[in-house]
Amino acid sequence: MATESTRTRRGVDIVVRSIIPVVLALIVAAIILLALGKNPLYFYGDVFANGILGGNWQNSLVVMTPMLLIAVGLIVVFRGQLWNLGYDGQYLLGAVFVGGLGPQLAPIVGDALTYLITAVLAILVGAVWTLLPAWLKARFGTNEVITTLVMSSIGVGATSLLIGYVFQDPSQRTPQTRTFNTSDMLPYIPGTTIHIGFIVAIVVALAFQFILSRTSFGLRLDIYGASPKAARHVGINSRGMTIVLFLISGGLIGLAAAMDILGHVGYVRNNWNPAYGDTIMPFVFLARLSPLAAIPFVAFYAIFATGGTVASIDSGLSTDFLMVIVALILVFMTLTEYIGTKRDLGQSYLPDELRDAFRRPFDTLRTRSAK
Amino acid sequence: MAAPTPGVISLKHITKAFPGVIANNDISLDLVSGQVHCLLGENGAGKSTLISILAGMQLPDSGTIEIDGSPVTIGSPKTAMRYGIGVVHQHSTLVPTLTVIENLMLGETGLLLKEKRAKARLDELSDLLGATIDPDSLAADLGLGQQQQVEIAKAMWTGSRLLILDEPTSMLTPSAIENLAQSVERLTAQGLGVVFITHKLREAYSMGDCVTVLRGGRKVGFLSSDELRSYTEDEAQTAILQAMFGEDLAAAGGLADAADLAGAADAVREIPAVDFSVRPVVLELDDVTSAGRTMDVAVKDVSIRIHAGEIFGIAGIDGHGQTGLAEVVAGQRVATRGSVRFDGNDITRLGVRERQALGVRYVTDDRLHEGTVGSLSVALNLMLKRIGKRPFWRFGQINRAAVNDEAEKLIDQYTIRTPSPSTRAAALSGGNLQKVLLARELGEGAQVVVVNKPTYGLDLKTVRLVHDLLRDFASAGGAVLLISTELDELVELSHRIGVISKGEIVGTVDNDGVNTAEKVGQYMIGGTQDGD
Repeated sequence: MATESTRTRRGVDIVVRSIIPVVLALIVAAIILLALGKNPLYFYGDVFANGILGGNWQNSLVVMTPMLLIAVGLIVVFRGQLWNLGYDGQYLLGAVFVGGLGPQLAPIVGDALTYLITAVLAILVGAVWTLLPAWLKARFGTNEVITTLVMSSIGVGATSLLIGYVFQDPSQRTPQTRTFNTSDMLPYIPGTTIHIGFIVAIVVALAFQFILSRTSFGLRLDIYGASPKAARHVGINSRGMTIVLFLISGGLIGLAAAMDILGHVGYVRNNWNPAYGDTIMPFVFLARLSPLAAIPFVAFYAIFATGGTVASIDSGLSTDFLMVIVALILVFMTLTEYIGTKRDLGQSYLPDELRDAFRRPFDTLRTRSAK
Repeated sequence: MAAPTPGVISLKHITKAFPGVIANNDISLDLVSGQVHCLLGENGAGKSTLISILAGMQLPDSGTIEIDGSPVTIGSPKTAMRYGIGVVHQHSTLVPTLTVIENLMLGETGLLLKEKRAKARLDELSDLLGATIDPDSLAADLGLGQQQQVEIAKAMWTGSRLLILDEPTSMLTPSAIENLAQSVERLTAQGLGVVFITHKLREAYSMGDCVTVLRGGRKVGFLSSDELRSYTEDEAQTAILQAMFGEDLAAAGGLADAADLAGAADAVREIPAVDFSVRPVVLELDDVTSAGRTMDVAVKDVSIRIHAGEIFGIAGIDGHGQTGLAEVVAGQRVATRGSVRFDGNDITRLGVRERQALGVRYVTDDRLHEGTVGSLSVALNLMLKRIGKRPFWRFGQINRAAVNDEAEKLIDQYTIRTPSPSTRAAALSGGNLQKVLLARELGEGAQVVVVNKPTYGLDLKTVRLVHDLLRDFASAGGAVLLISTELDELVELSHRIGVISKGEIVGTVDNDGVNTAEKVGQYMIGGTQDGD
């Protein structure tokens, strides 16, 4: 069947286009490493050893947990062509309530109830923090990129204030919340050192894959994202959709904070900001805004981040080198998309002027030899 | 600026294929300076693709373009402009919030705007076109005819040797078409080549020096200027029609019907009379006023009554509140005053989905961005207005089999040409997209349908199909609010025609077969100050 084969080709095309940028970024990063006088093979080997080998893959999956939840939270709004860039503020505010209340709550109400209360609280806090940008967008069309970024800064500042004036651990000199007892934190998946938050993240990703691809809500969301005009035509309540999408996004980011604090970090220190959202941003797009496809991409980055942090220190590099690689992926992703679109349209890859400039010397040569 | 040089632009064996369709199949054309070359063919015949290749928006898969004998590659619109090829697109490309002169200077490079020089150039071009264009008025304030003159000036801005006009008459009033014909005459007298794309036979005959007919991506007919001159009008018509329809001529209903379809003669009423005093009023609008959005004409104090089985036409120059009227009825826009009643029940406060369920439907004119979602499958596009309803969705979860079955049924019933129900809607031609909309809106339980420019940009067979569907819908007791800028269409289909201007209905004409078009035209001219 003709349609069958074109569909397979499209599928292969998408996979190739998603992986090429990562491969190219790793190659260029290797060249940068060479230029810095480091051995790239040693560096990548080190990443592999510290990210996967031994029990290290378990650490990677722990790191992956909040990243995957945030990725799903971003995918939901991005599919609606809404850009929630306030993830840092939403994450930290959610985290500070978990770290601020959880350790004291656990001895009183028990672990299970603590998990439930703090997780719900973090979801609510994350969601509420998106409410103002969402309402401004829905009511006045205010650019949500700006409002969410501003709200994020306010959220980061508010986190510091909350630690300083409300949640400060009296037994500590450094500004930070109380710390969970290790026994009060999320239990491990039996036989591993991965907390059950990882399962929560996977389940959430699969659930949203189902919601987005197979339910009426997912279809309405896709229509709304593809064309607000079509959404109005079909009778979708655009304002309601905007607000719901932001609330879900903020809620999932809050949940990510809860899982991270309850299962991994245990407390919130002042000026601590893991900025997960920034690092996973390119992978969300490489996964073509699919929660299912985001799982391997986020897993890849989690391994890279876990192993790369150690490898960077081993090689005497700043851990910011990881951000260089993330940025390279973004650059190559843009280039791949550009070339792919040009090819789909059957256009030439080079501007005419440039091609003519290349061609001119040959043309002159040819006319000369003809004489 | 350089004077147009005499010469010829030749397209040689141009072939361009897209997945699933060969848009241009071995097409060769000579575009001679000083001539109007008419490109006739239905939509989907490959005219647009050929134009986008000439304009540098796409590269052909094979074949060459030669200018005065030397082969060239036109790989970008910029290159096309450098060769003096200017295109006036079917849809306005002017920025409404900028002035005429600002619009014209948009493509200029350099650090500073050279407004004085630009105004001199505009004067030069207005002389050439025989038009008066005020450089400082806002593009949004221009009438459609004037907008088109500005578009032509824009296409010729940096000096031009070939001007391509893509369906330039489809939205113009008869007097504006007259002006355009005069401008084209002046341009060719100056030695400029003009490509005139149309689907109306009488325009091709009256304006063209030579005619090329495309069908299914192939060049199926060519009348050189000598041939065209030696033929009588009837002979030319027959030759062109045979080329246009080929073996489908019988399917189109013989030569006479085909001529009618192809707009060879003036339109006459084709819908049977109905005694509406015994029919119930289905849709009532009482002094409806809508809130306007920015840059959009709102509806003011509109009162309309449409009976069961009636087709009520709305005539008017595009952009005079037609969309507002359609949306107020469909529920996409709120009425700030007045009431909308359906079957006697007030539906003014109901939303799109409730009205849809009652049987009030809307076939929008923006098929591409509003009526369909290109990234979704044809099947889903057919079901857009029934999302979440049983049996297609159960407990919110889609039942793919049920959706596909329903889609296949509709695809069959409305002869939608698509490789499969799961093909993305973006791959369909305009005509097939319109069939998708009609299948969705006219199906199950439709009582009132608003159709906005239902045949705009469609091929003739689809136009015929759309007209038949609307007639059948009305004769089965449905009420139709037919909004159109094609006067011919309104005269053929409507029982009554209301004329809209600046958001108000300025007059209603009974389509009794006597000079309807003239009466409507008078209201149109009387109702607008800026004319065309």
